Amino acid sequence: MPMVNFKRTVRTGFLNFMRNGIVSLSSVIVMTITLSVLSGVLLFQHVLETTLVNIENNVDVAVYFVPGADEPTILSLQTQVNALPEVASTDYVTEKDALADFRARHANDTTTIQALDVLDQNPIGGLLEIKAKDISQYESISNFFADTGTLGTGTASIIDHVDYNKNKAEIDTINGILKKGRSLGFLLMLVLIALSVVVTFNTVRLAIYFAREEISVMRLVGASRGHVQGPFVIEGTLYGIVATLLTLVIFLPITYWFGKHMTDFFQGINLFTYYLTHIYEFLIVLVVFGVGVGALSSFLAARKYLRV
Amino acid sequence: MIYFNSVKKEYPKDTVALEDITLSINAGEFVSIVGHSGAGKTTLIKLILAEESPSEGTVFFESLDVNRLKNRQLTELRRRIGTVFQDFKLLGNKTAYENISFAMEASGKTDEEIAADVPHVLDLVGLLEKREHFPGQLSGGEKQRLAIARAIINQPEVIIADEPTGNLDPINTYEIVQILKKINDLGTTIILTTHNRGVVDSIGKRVITLEKGKVIRDDKDGRYMI
Repeated sequence: MPMVNFKRTVRTGFLNFMRNGIVSLSSVIVMTITLSVLSGVLLFQHVLETTLVNIENNVDVAVYFVPGADEPTILSLQTQVNALPEVASTDYVTEKDALADFRARHANDTTTIQALDVLDQNPIGGLLEIKAKDISQYESISNFFADTGTLGTGTASIIDHVDYNKNKAEIDTINGILKKGRSLGFLLMLVLIALSVVVTFNTVRLAIYFAREEISVMRLVGASRGHVQGPFVIEGTLYGIVATLLTLVIFLPITYWFGKHMTDFFQGINLFTYYLTHIYEFLIVLVVFGVGVGALSSFLAARKYLRV
Repeated sequence: MIYFNSVKKEYPKDTVALEDITLSINAGEFVSIVGHSGAGKTTLIKLILAEESPSEGTVFFESLDVNRLKNRQLTELRRRIGTVFQDFKLLGNKTAYENISFAMEASGKTDEEIAADVPHVLDLVGLLEKREHFPGQLSGGEKQRLAIARAIINQPEVIIADEPTGNLDPINTYEIVQILKKINDLGTTIILTTHNRGVVDSIGKRVITLEKGKVIRDDKDGRYMI
């Protein structure tokens, strides 16, 4: 019998969904708006996060060595730096590579190139680029080099300068923006989702309010609470499923447009590619959210009118 | 079968709908409850169905105090009572067939039982050809016949008909009364509220007269007298 009841509940829910045309349509539209807000927030979070990660990746500490510095000492220093817990990675650029980079950057500057050519030795020293695990850790890495006791006098003498201090203000500013950006994005997401849930909940409540007379009649003819409530929950579930499919389709042209016209603006983030490659994740999140909100709000709203 | 013991029903602002009601209705009876609008007829019905609870006194259905029933027991009680209302109270987004099958599903009948009984009862009230019609596509008389079909489908012990002919023309009124009499002849208790003199007189059975919330007359072979 439970299986028969379930089958009847699903069938009745489907029939009600189809027959309550206008009410179902308006509920699906509101739910679609809710899920669109959610999708928009997810995409915004992706853009924000990727942008922040890009900014983080562009920040590093560069240790410039004096020309002719002893390479085994530099490599020993690199090993010590790699051992620091704050350090994510290091990249050693040799004097030779640094000179090649310099020449490439100034290829059109003949005066500078000619000046280089007349010199007997390479005037450009090597450098060690250090990336921290977290942007807030650059200062402590920089302090490591200021601590001559750690490096020893021999090692300290090979360092020309560390450019963190020069960029300290910028790094601190970026660090502040990153923290606030993440908090603001999260807060915005919560507010938008909460608003959407409230709007959807009230729309479903309104839809069930129109059926309150029918609910009382069902109770009077001897229907149990579950028998009355079940089809409404199925209807709410269907609102969620249909709205999910609509939202997924709607976001195809939207992300396509963003991908085509806004990729440069978003510093290389192609929203269309991201959306297509993550469409199953979007499907799961939207279905869970849509069905959850639809079914729960139907359940709660119908319950209110069951007290007959 | 149904017993009112010193029942009083008071609504807010000191409006007394029923007062000092003590009466019993036996199995198989056809009882007409008459009185002017506002006399308390519908309140009496709502008390039997436990839609309302009395301010004082108790209402019994057999040995059950209807206002002390748990949710599941109340659902089971209502399955033993068929209801017909003046405004039909049909399910607007279900067809005639589905309105009746819903009541059967609610009482746990199998698909086979539903498939066998629903056409039969639709035929009984002359609506077999309109089985796929929605209530909005039926006339007043047809709606009331459908409501009666729904009320009797689970073979209840009692049928409560609250002003069932209030919205009907004389021909449909006559048809509905004949159907109710036929159901009563088969052993089902009928409780009918009405203020239609012709209906009450044509039935010629027990009449309880209410006035301002009190029973002023209870005649075994009564006529409409107010």
